[in-house]
Amino acid sequence: MPETAPATAPLIHARGLRKCFGAFTAVDGVDFDVAPGEAFGFLGPNGAGKTSTMRMIGTVSPVTSGTLTVFGLDPARHGAKIRTRLGVVPQADTLDNELSVLENLLIYGRYFDLSWAESRRRAIELLEFVQLTDRANDKVEPLSGGMKRRLVIARSLINEPSLLLLDEPTTGLDPQARHLLWDRLYRLKQRGVTLCLTTHYMDEAEQLCDRLVVMDRAKIVAEGSPRQLIEKYVTKEVLELRFPRAEGEADDSAHLDGQLDGLAERIEQLPDRVLVYTADGEAAVATAFERGLRPASVLVRRSTLEDVFLRLTGRSLIE
Amino acid sequence: MTVIGLRIARPGAIASRRSLRVLEHDLLVFRRGWFSYLLSGLSQPFLYLVAMGIGLGLYVNRNGSLPGGVPYLDYIAPALLVTQAMMAGAFEAAWPIMGKITWDGTYEAALNTPLSACDLLLGDLMWIGFRATLLSVLFLLVIAVLGAAASPLVVLAVPVAVLTALAFAAPIMAFTATQSRDSGFNALFRFGITPLFLFSGTFFPIEKLPLFLQPLAWITPLYHGVAAARSLSLGQVEPVGLTVHISALAVVVVAGVAAGRITFRRRLVV
Repeated sequence: MPETAPATAPLIHARGLRKCFGAFTAVDGVDFDVAPGEAFGFLGPNGAGKTSTMRMIGTVSPVTSGTLTVFGLDPARHGAKIRTRLGVVPQADTLDNELSVLENLLIYGRYFDLSWAESRRRAIELLEFVQLTDRANDKVEPLSGGMKRRLVIARSLINEPSLLLLDEPTTGLDPQARHLLWDRLYRLKQRGVTLCLTTHYMDEAEQLCDRLVVMDRAKIVAEGSPRQLIEKYVTKEVLELRFPRAEGEADDSAHLDGQLDGLAERIEQLPDRVLVYTADGEAAVATAFERGLRPASVLVRRSTLEDVFLRLTGRSLIE
Repeated sequence: MTVIGLRIARPGAIASRRSLRVLEHDLLVFRRGWFSYLLSGLSQPFLYLVAMGIGLGLYVNRNGSLPGGVPYLDYIAPALLVTQAMMAGAFEAAWPIMGKITWDGTYEAALNTPLSACDLLLGDLMWIGFRATLLSVLFLLVIAVLGAAASPLVVLAVPVAVLTALAFAAPIMAFTATQSRDSGFNALFRFGITPLFLFSGTFFPIEKLPLFLQPLAWITPLYHGVAAARSLSLGQVEPVGLTVHISALAVVVVAGVAAGRITFRRRLVV
């Protein structure tokens, strides 16, 4: 069936994609594809090049070199055509404080050449979807951070996009607001909207992404599903040990020299705790106590993408 | 940059449907504040014309110092009409545009839609033109009520004023897009706009200026706007002079838009 080829063609296709600002290289030759219907994530710390990549996909930032197509089109030549089919949730809310909640959606619909009537019909539906119907005629300013974010998401959907770009959608929100937002994004995914998002929260990546790339210092350092990445780069479980600080030592665990050797295949000594990567956390606890170690606290947990990032870069995601 | 020149020459580029969407946005915002805007648009010209034209005019007229024995009120009314439009054009192109580029994120949001940087430039320029039109029509009403015009041609002073407003707005918008903070505007208004207001033939003929300053007045757009509006209002139109004045203003608008296309794209598409 040769006609299946276009259906499986990637929505976003990047090869050797680079972005430079003068002498500074923000994105240094990245390769990735995003398939229709997928939830794809860029995970990495601030300054890794995630936003620059998103802005190039959004056709608002010219590509320095390499290949990039969105919907099979070249952003340099078909920017407006691509943006017609794209929904964008930028990192800053960029809502219009001089307009009401409803008006913010109405005018955005006009930017996409919808009639006023059609724009209003969709706006009312979208306010329902993001649970802001009762705030329709309020000003934007007094809305909470979570409400503003939901309004931006509603705004990004006014043109019924098939691809939604979200740059750090829940940064700065409280846990309840984040869960509400994740729920709405999950529903969009179920409707077949392709999600492409950046985040520096590993729980967000695990919640939302089918597949992700880990970015660090302008490059992609790993790619896969959250599960695959954890299996490939870290062990199933992690044992976290905290030790009381010894006299005159900078690090809590500095005096442990050698005592942990061979306890597990990989041990990470952080300033405030020791991470022991092992298939069996409880067994490692027992071994540690047999050796006479007396940690102040012991925690066995499943490995996360945070551990993957630490493994790949030697640094934490949020510093 | 012939390409840019050609694009501007094409009327379709100026009246782009997408830039009209930007104008719609501004009108939607304006819906909230229009009443107080109109009110101040009426009271300002009234106060100015009564204080300067009638009050100060008493003394000026007594000396008969204006050419042709023109009453001072009739002399400054068209000039103030144009000056007010210039002030509005200059102001609107500075802080509000800076806000849309930086603080408010208005342009960032719009650029995620099919709108381009050029649509934003032209749309907001049209908006400034709209505001200048409103203000000038209100000013005209006050002139009519005070009987401050000798000729019905004063009606045409409105488009002259709007053109003058655009002649300031377009280059200043281009300038605004090159600024990262608003501190440059203070210098622009203190050393640019305010001296123009005072020395472009608004309150006294530029022939009264020191000789070496007169050519300077010639190259400022405000001088041409004031001279054109005044000739219409006094019914003393010289076709050649009027054509020169209008052309000078049009050239500045076109040059400003051409510069703005470059600076807007440089600033917003990075």
